[in-house]
Amino acid sequence: MKREIIFKILRYNPDNNKKPFYQEYKVEIREGMTVLDALHKIRETDDPTISMRFSCRMGVCGSCAMLINGKPQLACSTQVLEVSKKMIILAPLPNYDIIKDLIPDLSVLFEKHLSMKPYIKRDDIKDKEDPKEEFYQSPEDLVKYLQFAYCIKCGICLAACPTVATDRDYPGPMPLTQAYRYCVDTRDNGYKDRKDVLGDSHGVFRCHYAGECSNACPKGVDPAKAIQFMKRMLVFDYLKLLKTKKTAQCLGKPKDAKRMEGIPAPPEFTIK
Amino acid sequence: MRETKYWFWHIVCGFVMLFLLGLHMIIMHLDEILGVFKFAGERVLAFENVASRSKMIGFACIYVLLVGAALYHGLYGLRSMLLELSMIKPLHRLINIGFWILGVILFIVGAAGSIIFIIRFG
Repeated sequence: MKREIIFKILRYNPDNNKKPFYQEYKVEIREGMTVLDALHKIRETDDPTISMRFSCRMGVCGSCAMLINGKPQLACSTQVLEVSKKMIILAPLPNYDIIKDLIPDLSVLFEKHLSMKPYIKRDDIKDKEDPKEEFYQSPEDLVKYLQFAYCIKCGICLAACPTVATDRDYPGPMPLTQAYRYCVDTRDNGYKDRKDVLGDSHGVFRCHYAGECSNACPKGVDPAKAIQFMKRMLVFDYLKLLKTKKTAQCLGKPKDAKRMEGIPAPPEFTIK
Repeated sequence: MRETKYWFWHIVCGFVMLFLLGLHMIIMHLDEILGVFKFAGERVLAFENVASRSKMIGFACIYVLLVGAALYHGLYGLRSMLLELSMIKPLHRLINIGFWILGVILFIVGAAGSIIFIIRFG
């Protein structure tokens, strides 16, 4: 079944336009078409000048995040007919500057992300820089941060956050979630380097727990939960109740392990 | 770490207020029915009753604690709102100092009555 839907797209070119404005396009939509498909169709048939970001087309890269009928979503994983059967209004993500048309300037997001030191920090530099073996991490340790590691850095959570809308110095859900993700990672002991930024007057405690970040997240990361956990960690630290986690150590192959019966040996290396 | 301290006490004050404000509401509005806190006369809000309660060190402590908790909780909330207005950094320091001074002054004003009463008549 085909249906004609009006797409109202926010256009803005800082070189030519003083203000952003909306432009309308009529698009014939088939069932199952995503907003990204519709945008491609508009570019192919009506207006090739529309600028937008996209890459994987399957909700993995996070490039095509935009405001679809007032809700920040990924254009590639949002079906047109599920949003509206009459009109779709598209705009770039709010809480960011606009580079052009549907492209938000995400540099602020990445600067804030970087300020959280989102990487494994260890005291023993030698183990980190030149690891001879793998760091041991149990499945239970992995589960502590796994959900938060699914983040694709699309920036939707910052667009949905009411605190980011008013407080430009607030890092926002994604950077704070990533800070927590590394703080609970047993391979990391960089909490002491992150806690000053996290416990700053514009840090985690500015979160009002509106929960919009978790509602909007296309990967089910639940940043609001991570922020509450981060608050708890900081408070426990203030009360001197924070249990110091044991940093994961390098673990070699077991020396006296025997192969179980019925399990075949791996093939020989082809390159010696 | 300073913000952690401020926020932690903000939450503690919230819980303290929950209990003390509940007690305050019971004394002021429910005691006509309960009749537990009428130490002098029938009307719970009559001066004699208020005065008799104020002479007791327990009630004085409750009211001083309630003033402190309510002020801290309220002023912290107000400060949070101001900090979210994306102001320039030097203003943050000014806000912090200003709110501490305001809080201390209001606490002295609020607690003075109870403290003076207990010193003179308690």
